[in-house]
Amino acid sequence: MSETRRITYRDAIREALSEALTKDERVFLMGEDVGRYGGAYACSKGLLEEFGEERIRDTPLSESGFTGAGIGAALAGMRPIIEVMTVNFSLLCLDQIVNNAATLRHMSGGQFSVPVVIRMATGAGRQLAAQHSHSLENWYAHVPGLRVLAPATVVDARGMLWSALECPDPVIIFEHAMLYNEEGDIASEGPWTADIDHAAVRRDGDDATLITYGGSLPKTLAAANSLAEDGISCDVIDLRSLRPLDRERIVASVVKTHRAVIVDEGWKTGSLAGEVSAQITESAFFDLDAPVERVCTAEAPIPYAQHLELAALPSEEKIVAAVRKALRI
Amino acid sequence: MGCVKRLRTAPFVGWALFSAAGSVNNPGMKLTKEQLLVNYRKMRMIRSFEEKLNELVNSGRLGGFLHLSIGQEAVAAGVCAHLSERDYVSTTHRGHGHCIAKGVRVKGMMAELFGRSTGLCKGKGGSMHIADMDQGMLGANGIVGAGIPLATGAALTCKLKKTGGVAVAFFGDGASNQGQFHEALNMASNWKLPALYVVENNGWGEFTPTEFVVPVRDIAVRADSYAMRSAIADGNDFFDVYEKAGEAIAAARAGEGPTLLECKTYRYMGHYVGDPLAYRPPGEVDRWKNEHDALTGFESRVKADGVIEDMELRRIDEEVVEELSAAVADAENDPVPAVEALYEDVYAKE
Repeated sequence: MSETRRITYRDAIREALSEALTKDERVFLMGEDVGRYGGAYACSKGLLEEFGEERIRDTPLSESGFTGAGIGAALAGMRPIIEVMTVNFSLLCLDQIVNNAATLRHMSGGQFSVPVVIRMATGAGRQLAAQHSHSLENWYAHVPGLRVLAPATVVDARGMLWSALECPDPVIIFEHAMLYNEEGDIASEGPWTADIDHAAVRRDGDDATLITYGGSLPKTLAAANSLAEDGISCDVIDLRSLRPLDRERIVASVVKTHRAVIVDEGWKTGSLAGEVSAQITESAFFDLDAPVERVCTAEAPIPYAQHLELAALPSEEKIVAAVRKALRI
Repeated sequence: MGCVKRLRTAPFVGWALFSAAGSVNNPGMKLTKEQLLVNYRKMRMIRSFEEKLNELVNSGRLGGFLHLSIGQEAVAAGVCAHLSERDYVSTTHRGHGHCIAKGVRVKGMMAELFGRSTGLCKGKGGSMHIADMDQGMLGANGIVGAGIPLATGAALTCKLKKTGGVAVAFFGDGASNQGQFHEALNMASNWKLPALYVVENNGWGEFTPTEFVVPVRDIAVRADSYAMRSAIADGNDFFDVYEKAGEAIAAARAGEGPTLLECKTYRYMGHYVGDPLAYRPPGEVDRWKNEHDALTGFESRVKADGVIEDMELRRIDEEVVEELSAAVADAENDPVPAVEALYEDVYAKE
């Protein structure tokens, strides 16, 4: 077995940024506080010193302006990495992402590529309350023309950025804020590119399929571990790419286990979990032994008080309960 | 309550807002005869192209929403006279003129408007998204103000790659009220980008008079907020636009940062083809057409200077009409895209 080393999710992103800036002179990083401060989540700490202020570009608090400028720079031949501090603030640049980045290739008849990578933190869990805790990945996954990634592991955080930069289409990378301190082992030597087209099976099992992504993966794996102690074995699928969805892998697992539980930090109504559920119904209806279960966030703005926030979010206990319901035990 | 604004009752006379209207120092003489003819042809082409579109929509041969810039030709021509292929332009829903001035071929444009597979965007963009990468034409944009950050990013690319190129964002007075205008101009000035922001103040934001929603008389003053250079040009005077855009673009190329250039002009037609125009004060359009038309003004000027003969201009008029007739005939006979094209170019590869 090749050598590995243990790093955090944050370090993985920083290494990936550094590698991309080194490998391709068209790459530059632009966003709020990415330079002098080193990034709101410290993902770009030290990069300003290494690459200079032309390539590690601090922007004003102007999400629409700098995201649009990133798209414009991509049209003109650069490979910008835009850091939008969090998905909550990305609503201020939704127009640029949906109306420009996603549409320009198609509406120009293929004349333009928009090779921009837009990274943003997402999710709840730190008592930041409603306006700083959204999980709106599904809003972006709804839009043809965008590719949407959710690295849930250190290995994916290390590898997905370069793969995204190699993709000629606009790619949005969602980094769940609760993952930045997670540790994991990565190969000591590269290449660290990641498959951005397919879901990954994180655990093998026969009794039920748990489907999740991003920040919900650790909770889902914890639930699967706990269920294993009671003799219930689960397939755990990490979607990794939210658009396109890896329907084939989802369906193959459900055909094997006959039961599906989807864990998604978005609100249940109109959720990605709803889309996955619909795909299962379309492609594996006659293989199901129980209705598809969804563990999502309560249909309310995320509250501040810690016990209320925890009550709103998917948890290991809720996932275990949903699996037991699907198994009728 | 503070003042309640009334809708406009008297004609908007943008050119009269100048302390010294138009060009006083005869910058036209800097242009060679050939350059003058090229620019006359562009302005005539813009006008005839759009008059043709108006006719095609009204006779039911073209669909969609068309926004015409008839009357504003001097802005497009005067600015683009300073640009080449290495330079970028972003424009708006009212962008045919900027495309033509930037060098986009009318044949491809016409085919696009007819929704043909031979169109610039293979029939999938239409008027509001017309684009031509070969000409650095980053596209018309159906979202008011959304092209401004795109040009800003293209200017950033010119700066980072040191190409010597500039990027021009054309937009209207309406777009200058959008947040994206503020965000982009602030960044561009802060970063000294090689950009030119051309606001075509045509007196109307869709169906509302500009002064009804804008408390300043000159949009150019907004540049002060960004410590940005600004200028005001008589947008119906090609020579004035040419001179002021030339100064701004030269400054941008010299690394001196961006300029906000306000061009006072006028939209002869409605917001879109089919707009019944009930909101416009009587006499306003006629006043512009009769007293301050861009093409008539250009023509009198070059003839008075004795540079160009009437016959030469009329020959261009005829050539333009012929080129357009051929473009329409070709477009009508060109194939429509196959239904499968719907799924093409959503991504680089499926």
